[in-house]
Formats: sequence, structure tokens, C-alpha cells
Amino acid sequence: MRTPAGHKVYAMAAEYPSAAALYEAAKQVRDAGFKRWDVYSPFPIHGMDDAMGLKKSWLSAVVLIGGISGLLTAAIMEFGPSSFLYPLTVHGKPTNFFTVPAFFPIMFELTVLFAAFASFFAWQLMNGLPRWHHPIFNWERFSRATNDGFFLVIEARDPRFTENETRDLLEKSGGQHITIVHDE
Amino acid sequence: MRQISAWPARRKKHDEDVDLVDCSSSIRWRGLVLAIGNWQLAIGSLNMDAAPTAPERIKGEAATTFERPLARVPLVLNKRNFSWLTERISGVVENPAPRWWWVTFTITATVATFGLFCLGYQISTGVGTWGLNHPVGWAWDITNFVFWIGIGHAGTLISAILFLLRQKWRTSINRSAEAMTLFAVICAAIFPGVHVGRVWMAWYLAPLPDNYGIWPNFRSPLVWDVFAVSTYFTVSVLFWYTGLVPDLATLRDRATSKIKKFLFGIFALGWRGSNRHWRHYEMAYLLLAGLSTPLVLSVHSVVSFDFATSILPTWHTTIFPPYFVAGAIFGGFAMVLTLMLPARAMFKLHDIITPQHVDKMAKIILLTGSFVAYAYTMEFFTAWYSGNSYERFAFWNRIFGPYWWYWWVGMLFCNCLSPQLFWFRWCRRNVYVVYFVCMCVNAGMWFERFIIIVGGLHRDFLPSSWGLFIPTWVDIWTFIGTLGIFTSLFLLFIRFLPMIAMSEVKIVLPEADPHYATPAGHRPVAAGGKERS
Repeated sequence: MRTPAGHKVYAMAAEYPSAAALYEAAKQVRDAGFKRWDVYSPFPIHGMDDAMGLKKSWLSAVVLIGGISGLLTAAIMEFGPSSFLYPLTVHGKPTNFFTVPAFFPIMFELTVLFAAFASFFAWQLMNGLPRWHHPIFNWERFSRATNDGFFLVIEARDPRFTENETRDLLEKSGGQHITIVHDE
Repeated sequence: MRQISAWPARRKKHDEDVDLVDCSSSIRWRGLVLAIGNWQLAIGSLNMDAAPTAPERIKGEAATTFERPLARVPLVLNKRNFSWLTERISGVVENPAPRWWWVTFTITATVATFGLFCLGYQISTGVGTWGLNHPVGWAWDITNFVFWIGIGHAGTLISAILFLLRQKWRTSINRSAEAMTLFAVICAAIFPGVHVGRVWMAWYLAPLPDNYGIWPNFRSPLVWDVFAVSTYFTVSVLFWYTGLVPDLATLRDRATSKIKKFLFGIFALGWRGSNRHWRHYEMAYLLLAGLSTPLVLSVHSVVSFDFATSILPTWHTTIFPPYFVAGAIFGGFAMVLTLMLPARAMFKLHDIITPQHVDKMAKIILLTGSFVAYAYTMEFFTAWYSGNSYERFAFWNRIFGPYWWYWWVGMLFCNCLSPQLFWFRWCRRNVYVVYFVCMCVNAGMWFERFIIIVGGLHRDFLPSSWGLFIPTWVDIWTFIGTLGIFTSLFLLFIRFLPMIAMSEVKIVLPEADPHYATPAGHRPVAAGGKERS
């Protein structure tokens, strides 16, 4: 979709005066059946996932895998050398698997370490970050999204997107400064 | 009489909205207003707005009106709005550094330079420049290590454990407390790093085989310690940076110069506050908090294993892990307050770090200080009850031996007695008393570690092996130097990064609630507008 001037349209965006207004508007946009849209706020708004019709984040599954791989890494790293490669007899204690409690602290630490790395990289990759530019930054008002602005953006590639109806919906839901955001 | 019509509307709102300062008086006033309202109803003079519906609701609620225990002090005072928070907190970074900052930084950086000089000297000359000798082979170095690691624990407690416990007040202090954690762990790592003797051989600590194909002993507490401390540092950095990203985006969007915009832009990762992002971000944050919680408890437990798995009297005790963890949180909170109280005064952050925050931290110091006092007492009891003559002697020696005053001043007065002042509300609310206690605790916790370490070593099993520890100037200046490194890093942090988590403090404002209803007669200023007070 392009404007008469020939610019490619990214989305239609609106600003809302408060978190509560944005929350109510999100419910309306969800019920109108849009799929490619998003809300922007300076902080996470409690209950917004439901208002947008989003499910629970599956990031926890990634972190679980990270934790398990950390545990396995530690087990291999410890038992490999201590039981097979070069069994060290210290204080006359056995080197077999029965001494496993003494290996727990490192297993625990690596479980936490790998899970934390998984969590750290997962939230970025799942969000498509790092990303240095995004069309929404073309909208001047949007710089307030990290300060005190609340925005709702419906992308032009959403199948239900039509300029007039989308504008009506945003207006009806209390949106202000409704505007078209260009792609370049 | 406008209050009556406003009252039912206010009731719907969340309780955080009510000032506790005004709470008792407002409840009293409402009672009076209700009484007048009822009386007016009785005589049938209903000439006010919205009167027909209001009185019935008030009547039904009158019984509960007087006991409204959920009324809370707001966490951000003076009804500040979102943009005020952004302005004030970003202003610390954006405005020119105040003069005191330069004065303080000059002093701390000079001290840090002494420390770095000492490090260079002892690495190039050898660890013989320290006062270590038989029988005291661990002294200031390990004391300083445990001291600094312990200080870090308060940061993780605030950022992780208080998050899991849904303590919203943590948002004002978590960022700087986490930064403090990182700097404390950096200072801590210096000491064992140098203590290995030949620093360039420190890779022996890594899980790699040496020239003879021998691997580290994975069942040794010292190796556990390497893993615990390095994991702790790494996870703390990840957690801290994750929390920073939305705030870096705020600074990016406010940046005026190109270089700032570029640098904040790089580190903000292109964050734009999208709810689809917040969804994964919040889950990641929750999981990092959940991972950090057992981690922080494990770190000082593992540090205590360095001692507890030995066979020395006073070290060989099972009470050490919880005792060390409680002591770490105790000392760490004292250090948080030591840093936060001046910072809050200098940058005028009293509306964000309120008396309530200080009060709550003081209560945690009281609680953990009492844990510590209990642990000290149990040690003496166990020594007596064990009937072991070496154990009994060691504890007798702790009170009346050559280091007697370390115990009386450091452990008894500073750690056990001084926090007991916090039973009194007046003391928790008086900044000078709080600061005095924190300084006592800072010093006391250092003395405690010294007594545990050197106290356990200087009287060996045979009197022929007895000896004292006498620090050299290198010992003393390395420790003072780390104080300089720590404070310099903290001062740099508050100048270059947002010292308060803006995106998190905003959540605790009442208007961040999606069900927030604007109360009657209370008009929030339009976004980006002026202050509301």
C-alpha cells in the first residue's frame, strides 16, 4: 500500500492518553480481528497480553533446555576427567559415582549459568533484537514511547487493514494524533 | 460537601492511591464528612451534586470505612507522573556533573590509583609483600574477598528475591544495588586472583588439564568457589543489562548529541517498548530472577564451604552456610544504604527513594542482623556443648585473646547491638541514625570475617606454632584501594547510566494500572505536561 505521494505505508498509528485507555483500545482491536498490530508503552502493562489476545510466552521452554544442557555439560566435564581420564585420589576418597554429592555445586552453577544465557539470548532473538532501525521510528511522536506515551499501531499488511475503517476503529477507541507511518 | 459525591468513585480505585501520611487523618475526616452527610440526609437537605445515589453506597460501606488496613503509602511521593520520573532520572545522566561529583570522584580515583599501584607492586614482587606467614596463611586477602562478595549479595536479593516476593518498593533501588553487586564482585575477584601467587597461572583454576594431564579436583570447595563466583558475576551482568535495555532506549530517544544517540542506540538493541516484546522480556526477567535466587544463596554458601570443610576449630561448623548468607545480606544492605543515601540527597531523588524505602531496608538490616547475632550465639553454645577442648579454647580466645577488641567492637557492638536501634521507628526514619548504623555494620562485617579467618588460624593446635598476623602497608593499601575502585566505579555508573530503573518505577504509579480510573476532582496532566503537584 502506498500514499498518493508514493511512499510505502507501514502502518496506521494512534496515541492514547493513558495505560487504561490503551488497554481498552487493545481489546477493541483484538475483537475486530486484527493480527498484525502492536501496542507500545514505556513499561509492561499488566494484563495487556490478554487484552491483545496473546498467549503465555514460550521463552521458559528455551530456558529449560538451557538449564538441562548446563547440567549435562557439568556432569560430563566433572565425571569425564575425575572418573575416567585422570582419577584423582584426594584424602583417600573414592573417585566413583558414589561421591556424586561433592560434584553437585558445579552442576548447580553451570545449570544456572546456561539457563541464564538461554534466557538472555532468547528474549532478544524471540523479539527480533538487536535491530537498529524500525519503520515506527519514522513517526516523530513515537520517541515518547519510552517516556510517557502509549501507542497502538496497526500494520498495513494486516489483511483487515483498510485506511478508512482502521482510522474509524482507532478514533472510536479513543486514539489521538492518528497518523499514517511510512516505511522509509 | 463535594467529598461525599467523590467518595464512591474513589473507593473503586486501588488502595495504593491513598497517602498513608494522610491516611489516619483522611479516615478521620471521612468519618466526619459521613457523619455530617448522614445527618444532612436525616434532616432531608439534599442539595448537592449526585446526592441521590451517593448516600446509599456510603451507608453500606460506613462500617468498613474506619478499618481500611490496605491503605498504603505511595511508593513515589507527591503524585509524580511518568514524564517527571523520566526527566528526573535521565537528568542525572544528561545534566553536567555537579561539583561534588568531581570532588568525590577525584578523591576516590586517587585512592583507586594507590590500590592499582599496590596490585602492580605485589604482582611484580610477589605475595611476600603481604604480611602472610606461618601460621596465618589467609588474612586480609581472604577477609577482603569474603567482605566484598558478601556486599554483592544485597543487590541480588533486591533484584531477584524481592522481585519474586512482589515487593514493589524494590524498583527504586534495584538498579543501583545490582550495579553495586557487580563492582563488589570485581573488587572481590582481585584478592584470590593475586593470592594464587603467579597471576599468569590463574588458568589452573579453569577446568583444563595441566602439563601432566591432571585436571582440577572438582570435589574441592576452592574449585566450587571459582565456578560459583564467576557464574554469579556473569548472571548478575546478564540480569543487570536485561533490566537496563528499556532505560537505555529512553536515553537514546532523549539523546541530543549524535555520539550519545549512537552509543545508547547500540546498547538499547533497538528496543521500542512493544508489548509483543514486553511479553518475552517479562518472562525472561522473571526466569532470571528465579535463577538468581538460588544462585545468590549458593554463592556465599560455597564461600563458607571453603572454611566449613576444613578441620580447624571455629571453621569446621555446619552453621556456616546460612550464617554467611545472612551476614552477606546484612552487610550488603548496609552498603546499599551507604551509597544510596548520599546519592539520593545529591540528585534530589527523595520522591523516588522515600523514607518508606529506607525504613524497609532498615528492617531487613534488623532482621538479618538478628540472624547473625543468633549465629554468633549458637557458635559459642556449640563450642561449649561439644566438650572439645580446642573448640572451647578457640572461642574463649575469640573474646579474651589477642584480637579481643575485634570481637567486642566489631562483632558485638557493630553487628549485634547497633542494628537493634532499628526496633524504633524514630531511628529507622532518622537518616543520621541509619547512616551511623550502616557504617557500624560495614566495619563490623569486615571485622567478623577477619575474626573468623585469622581467629581460626593464629592459635594452632600446638602452642609452639602460635603467631599473630601483622599487615604490611601493601595489605592495607590494597584494601583501601579496592574501596576506591568500588566507589569510583559506582560514581561512574551514576553519571553514565540511569541509576534508577525508570521502566520499573513507572509500573508502581497508580496510573500504570490498566483499570485505573481517574478520581473525581483529580486531573492528571496530559502526557508530556507539567508536574502535577
